[in-house]
Amino acid sequence: MAQLLWPGQEAPDFTLHVTPDQELSLRDLKGKAVILAFYPADWSPVCGDQMAVYNEILPEFRHHNAELLGISVDSAWCHKAFAEQRHIHFPLLADFHPKGAVAKAYGAYRESDGFCERALFVIDGEGEIFWSYCSPLAINPGADGILDALERLGRSHRQQTRRDEGKAADKGKTDVDSQSASHAG
Amino acid sequence: MSILRVPVTPDDHIAGKDDALATLVEYGDYECPACGAAHPIVNQLRQHFGDELRFVFRHFPLTEIHPNAESAAEAAEFAAEHDRFWQMHEAIYDNQEQLGGPLLIAIARELRLPEQDLEEALLNATYAPAVRKQFLGGVRSGVNATPTFFVNNRRHDGEFGFNSLARAITDAVVETETRIRTAS
Repeated sequence: MAQLLWPGQEAPDFTLHVTPDQELSLRDLKGKAVILAFYPADWSPVCGDQMAVYNEILPEFRHHNAELLGISVDSAWCHKAFAEQRHIHFPLLADFHPKGAVAKAYGAYRESDGFCERALFVIDGEGEIFWSYCSPLAINPGADGILDALERLGRSHRQQTRRDEGKAADKGKTDVDSQSASHAG
Repeated sequence: MSILRVPVTPDDHIAGKDDALATLVEYGDYECPACGAAHPIVNQLRQHFGDELRFVFRHFPLTEIHPNAESAAEAAEFAAEHDRFWQMHEAIYDNQEQLGGPLLIAIARELRLPEQDLEEALLNATYAPAVRKQFLGGVRSGVNATPTFFVNNRRHDGEFGFNSLARAITDAVVETETRIRTAS
């Protein structure tokens, strides 16, 4: 199994085809959480398909202000046919040329097989990896790990906001104190 | 390893005794062919293990690929309200190839359920929240496909043939028996 990038590392930026005539870059999604789901190939058996399951969970991901991106070495044309047939409502990125380059940058490429691992990343709004997970290839990871990570991310974000607000309030207090001191003087 | 996060409660659709040594939970979709194939296997397992096993079914409709799965799940919830969940469940899987509105109504008629009430409930999506709640519980428990089975709260990642599930259930029975013995 390849060594995935881990939490705290910067998520390598990329620009890939999302349809035959459109490209998408990671940096375009700055400010939002991004779920990057590497998977081996389009067209796995229907009911067991990881992307088909994620497709049903999109409202929950969006509730966390997170954008889901599927990514495999299939071409944009292959993704298009797959997305149409399965009614996939999120972008599928084609890590097609040079083959697997983005997967390699994330440590999610299976050199011996020539396709991606089943690897999941949650990237925060600043472009830093918050959570990553590599599933055994035969086991389709559900979305439980992703949703747990998004909840933790939301909590740490709220705590950060509260700390920032707290600092601002303290600062305000100091200002008032210094003002009253100057008045007293 | 994924664990069943939503414990089995009396609100669930349960076949079998509360003191059964093993619990098999299935997250399934009424239009899914793999669930259709698993249905007779589940029935065989229930027969094989008798009182040692209780079976729980929860909805996990993949509506984008199975356009009739949601209404079927809602119809089963409607039947549950009238104490006919398992009859509806069996009838849907037995006639899975004809799944659709007319089949659900025909089954309701057969089970002497008020057809018109069912039509209205489907139209108003009365049972959609109940179905979604089960679906989301499945998501949080790591349901990754249909069907997904849990044996005594652990996700069964093996095949869902009779032998593979029977082995997992036997292990669960032994585990529970050991726990009871050590506790007493």
